[in-house]
Amino acid sequence: MAGSVFSVLYFGLKPGIDFTGGSILEIDFEARPENQTIQEKLKDLNLADIVVQPTGEKGVIIRMKEIDENTHQEIISKLGELSKVEEKRFESVGPVIGKELKQKTIILIIFSLIALLIYIAISFRKVTWPVSGFQYGIISIVTLAFDVSIPIGILTILGKFYNVQFNIPIVTALLTILGYTINDKVIVFDRVRENISRIKHDNFENLLNQSLNQILTRSLSTGSCTLLVLFAIFFLGGETLRYFSLTLIIGIIVGTLSSLFLAPPLLLGWLNLSRRKTSS
Amino acid sequence: MNKRRVYIIVIIIFILAFFAGNFVYPFYKIPGIGGYLNFLKFIPENSFKLGLDLQGGTHLVYEADLSNIAQENKSQSMEGLRDVIERRVNYFGVAEPLVQIQGQRLIVELAGIIDPVEAIEQIGKTPFLEFREEKENYEEILENNQKVLETGEGQFEEPFKPTPLTGKYLKGAEIGSDQTTYQSLVLLEFNEEGAKIFGELTSKNVGKPLAIYIDGILISAPVVQEAISGGKAQISGKFTLNEAKDLASNLNAGALPVPIKLISQQSVGPTLGKISLEESLKAGALGFLAILCFMIIFYRIPGFFASISLIIYVVLLLSFFKLIPVTLTLAGIAGFLLSMGMAVDANILIFSRFREELKIGKDYLNALEEGSRRAWPAIRDGNMTTILVGLILFAFGTSFVKGFALTLIIGNLVGMFTAIVITNNFLRVFAGNKIGKIKWLW
Repeated sequence: MAGSVFSVLYFGLKPGIDFTGGSILEIDFEARPENQTIQEKLKDLNLADIVVQPTGEKGVIIRMKEIDENTHQEIISKLGELSKVEEKRFESVGPVIGKELKQKTIILIIFSLIALLIYIAISFRKVTWPVSGFQYGIISIVTLAFDVSIPIGILTILGKFYNVQFNIPIVTALLTILGYTINDKVIVFDRVRENISRIKHDNFENLLNQSLNQILTRSLSTGSCTLLVLFAIFFLGGETLRYFSLTLIIGIIVGTLSSLFLAPPLLLGWLNLSRRKTSS
Repeated sequence: MNKRRVYIIVIIIFILAFFAGNFVYPFYKIPGIGGYLNFLKFIPENSFKLGLDLQGGTHLVYEADLSNIAQENKSQSMEGLRDVIERRVNYFGVAEPLVQIQGQRLIVELAGIIDPVEAIEQIGKTPFLEFREEKENYEEILENNQKVLETGEGQFEEPFKPTPLTGKYLKGAEIGSDQTTYQSLVLLEFNEEGAKIFGELTSKNVGKPLAIYIDGILISAPVVQEAISGGKAQISGKFTLNEAKDLASNLNAGALPVPIKLISQQSVGPTLGKISLEESLKAGALGFLAILCFMIIFYRIPGFFASISLIIYVVLLLSFFKLIPVTLTLAGIAGFLLSMGMAVDANILIFSRFREELKIGKDYLNALEEGSRRAWPAIRDGNMTTILVGLILFAFGTSFVKGFALTLIIGNLVGMFTAIVITNNFLRVFAGNKIGKIKWLW
């Protein structure tokens, strides 16, 4: 997790135009010219920095600052002089919307975390020994934060080297990871909760171990099933969904593992910490 | 629960699935055996509602400049603006244009449009209000138009000609009601110059209609009762309250030049849309098959039933999508596929418990009951948390996110249902049966 935080701070998130404002133009050429040629052609239009990225066999993605409709059409006609073009898609987002989106996303994430915390605390309210329902909630949230930060970290590295953008689909994927992996944690804790009431218990650590063993097969099965679908999307699905599915894949792998190997130890750790405090 | 009831439920499930499947993709179209199923034609045919990124289209966001409008008039202006823009958008013959107000913004979604450039141009103009009066040969023209209507030959002619009075002279419009008849009226107020022109126009046209046009379309042609010099007028024409309201906001929209600025634009060409659709469907089909294989290999017979349950799940879900209807975006399809994985989860939970109970030595039926009962809290909490996140996403997100959240939520709900009701009942069929006693199958 530390590596992730480091990566975020060092490389910085590469926000997509959804957040900063700007435009993306994707076009297919009949005979695709070199990046240099394209840059040259568009030099007179005063577009400042533009990033040209080839995609697929005939396509090019051009990223630049926000442009109005007239400039948009000019670009198309200029590029049309190089070779016949077909516009695949075009997006232009003003900076105001971009900023709003950033704020909204942060609110969304915080809101979700709080809502989940409350739900778990309520759902586990009847469990009081040796950890309260509230503590289950907190541990779940902490593990969630971990689950989400790993994909973010990886995305920043990808952003640096492959120019991968941090846009709305990716944020949606992250929020989905929250919703999905919380499922896993709930199931692990549910088993613990049940064992507490059914089996004679004295040692919490043993209880945790037992629960984990019981739940292991199930967690791995479910994770694999969802991953099967996601891998299918990753390899076969369209370009737009590629990084979306990648984020989900990383998140779910991390999430499944963390529910099994991170959450319980954290729970135990907290318990021991508070026991030590009360005894000393 | 006795056996007969279980059988009935199972049969009902299959019938339901059959019809749902037909709803999703009309069976009688299948070459060969399809012919026998012609009786199914009574089921209405419907196509899926596709989002912009799947069928191609344009998504525009405009910001209206309301800085010159008084606070009380703001939402009225937005309403008027929305109506006018919707009228313009309807010109393009787009199947289902979407024009929505969001605070001070207007969101316009045009599906399948080939040329977004013209759309943007048309929309960008400020609505234009004008008053017109009868042409000299008004009666003749009306007669001719009537003939054209009856014979279908010839051309309609506009019976009105423009006057100098346009929206820039109108100060405002509001609704009122006649004191004696309680009918709804629209009250107009012109500025000084406008009042003068209006006075001239009305004295010229007493007893004749004065036509009100917005963007070249005739909105209303009330008859002038008397010459009006005060610059205030009322239009009475047997309006219902809603008609009066509409006219007032239209006039306000035309009267106030509310400038709008395009602040965001996204367009997807139709070819890209189609490719995306095909690719994601392929991916979905593959993922689906992979899950089925996995389930059968790992969980054997229960896995087989879970697979059937899953197929029914997909069919039911798709019919829900058609029924509601849910706009399918690329993200929506992803949500759908994801919830497929989660639906399997519920099944797996029940099976793991089921196996555990069998291992302890319980008999088939008891193991099943216990297994389902103990698995329920986990299923409930797990799905609920995902639905919770889905709801939050839905409330806050853009249309891309909304589509995803919706399919996720519906997918989860239907998933819970199919796992618990359908799989369960399938398995019950074998309780007490000879097959149920062969332990290794399970």
